[in-house]
Amino acid sequence: MKELLIILMSAVLVDNYVLNKFLGICPFLGVSKKSDQAVGMGVSVIFVMLVATAATWPIYTYLLAPNGLAYLQTIVFILVIASLVQFVEIFLKKFIPALHRSLGVYLPLITTNCAVLGVTINNITDEYTFIESMVSSLGCGLGFLLAMWLFAGVRERLEESDAPECFKGIPITLIAASILSVAFMGFGGIIDKLFA
Amino acid sequence: MTDVIISAAITVAGLGLASAVLLVLADIFMGVKINPVEGKIRDCLPGANCGACGFSGCDAYAKALAENAETPANLCRPGGKETTESICSILGVEAEAAEPITAFVHCGGDCSKQVDKAIYQGLRSCAAAKMLYGGKGSCLYGCLGCGDCAAVCTNDAICIVNGVAKVNPEKCAGCGLCVAKCPNHLISLVPKAEKAVITCSNHEKGAVVRKECQNGCIGCMKCQKNCPAEAIKVENFLASVDYEKCIGCGKCVEDCPVGCLEMLKA
Repeated sequence: MKELLIILMSAVLVDNYVLNKFLGICPFLGVSKKSDQAVGMGVSVIFVMLVATAATWPIYTYLLAPNGLAYLQTIVFILVIASLVQFVEIFLKKFIPALHRSLGVYLPLITTNCAVLGVTINNITDEYTFIESMVSSLGCGLGFLLAMWLFAGVRERLEESDAPECFKGIPITLIAASILSVAFMGFGGIIDKLFA
Repeated sequence: MTDVIISAAITVAGLGLASAVLLVLADIFMGVKINPVEGKIRDCLPGANCGACGFSGCDAYAKALAENAETPANLCRPGGKETTESICSILGVEAEAAEPITAFVHCGGDCSKQVDKAIYQGLRSCAAAKMLYGGKGSCLYGCLGCGDCAAVCTNDAICIVNGVAKVNPEKCAGCGLCVAKCPNHLISLVPKAEKAVITCSNHEKGAVVRKECQNGCIGCMKCQKNCPAEAIKVENFLASVDYEKCIGCGKCVEDCPVGCLEMLKA
């Protein structure tokens, strides 16, 4: 149990996918203009990460690894995740239309987002068990949501702020993102101290 | 060497085939067939989901239009005439334009006219201000000026001018979101035409109104007596205009001793 908690916490705070591993920067900058959209995107990413891990972990462990095909993991993972997201979209449209309307726009966007692919591959590299992989995916998704949500708040303020002319728009956004990233580096070591 | 290539190719092809079969089956058994007409209509609608048409959002309105031929095509206020025309062209029926309407705030008691009874420094929300002795102004019927209507407006059509909300008819889509939001029920939807409108909602007697606000209707009946079209009626010390009868002559605006009637610009 303590192991799982450590995996979860370190995925959310220390090894944050956006702010520490710099994966999934595209949606991080693209969809973080408004906090409601950012949260929608974050929730979709959590969902897709969990689904993707649940599918790719067994495929790797029971199909690729025993047959010496481990080197195929990237292409196979992309294939599996992409079709799975499409399937989930059809499923949601039929049975949970309300959820489909709120997540629908984001689902195709993140079919094989690098953060999603990164989570699935890192779970394999870190030699996690299935449960650990799922917890780690959940943590990564939560970390993504947290980063998106925090940054959307920052950007909403930045819109109003009186930045120098040459910094307006993307430059000041990138500076803010880097400061947020540095702030998250402050979490390094917190996990060891917490669970020591 | 060939073994490696073949096994890799078979694995990837097999997984690809399995995914394709899964998706095809999913589409056959769980696919949602959208009426193509409904989809087209949905694309014409502005997507504000304001509910002014009486249906729960744009999707529901598009569905109703596609399925029931008797649904009027001119219900979308934010979309206006253009939307109605494009819906009609999809459905192949004659366009029947809706009368354009705009929201109007029936209060003219701005900072220079209304007498304040207190200084309000609380939450910037009309609903909160109203709870504290009915707001800072001495008139209990007037605009609270904290901008709840402006906050709810999706078109940026309302701004607070000198302590009173003003609607910009050019931007107003007539969706009625602000009408529902105003805690003093000051806003109503009026025709976007040259008609007289009352800028007061105070039902108290003339003498009381005079003490509270220089803009308040004192119920003198002058407008009612002089209106050539008999469009104005004074009830409970407050004039009201029947927009269907009003011919927009502007007589009442000239006559009003307190200036609480004004002409709406078309």
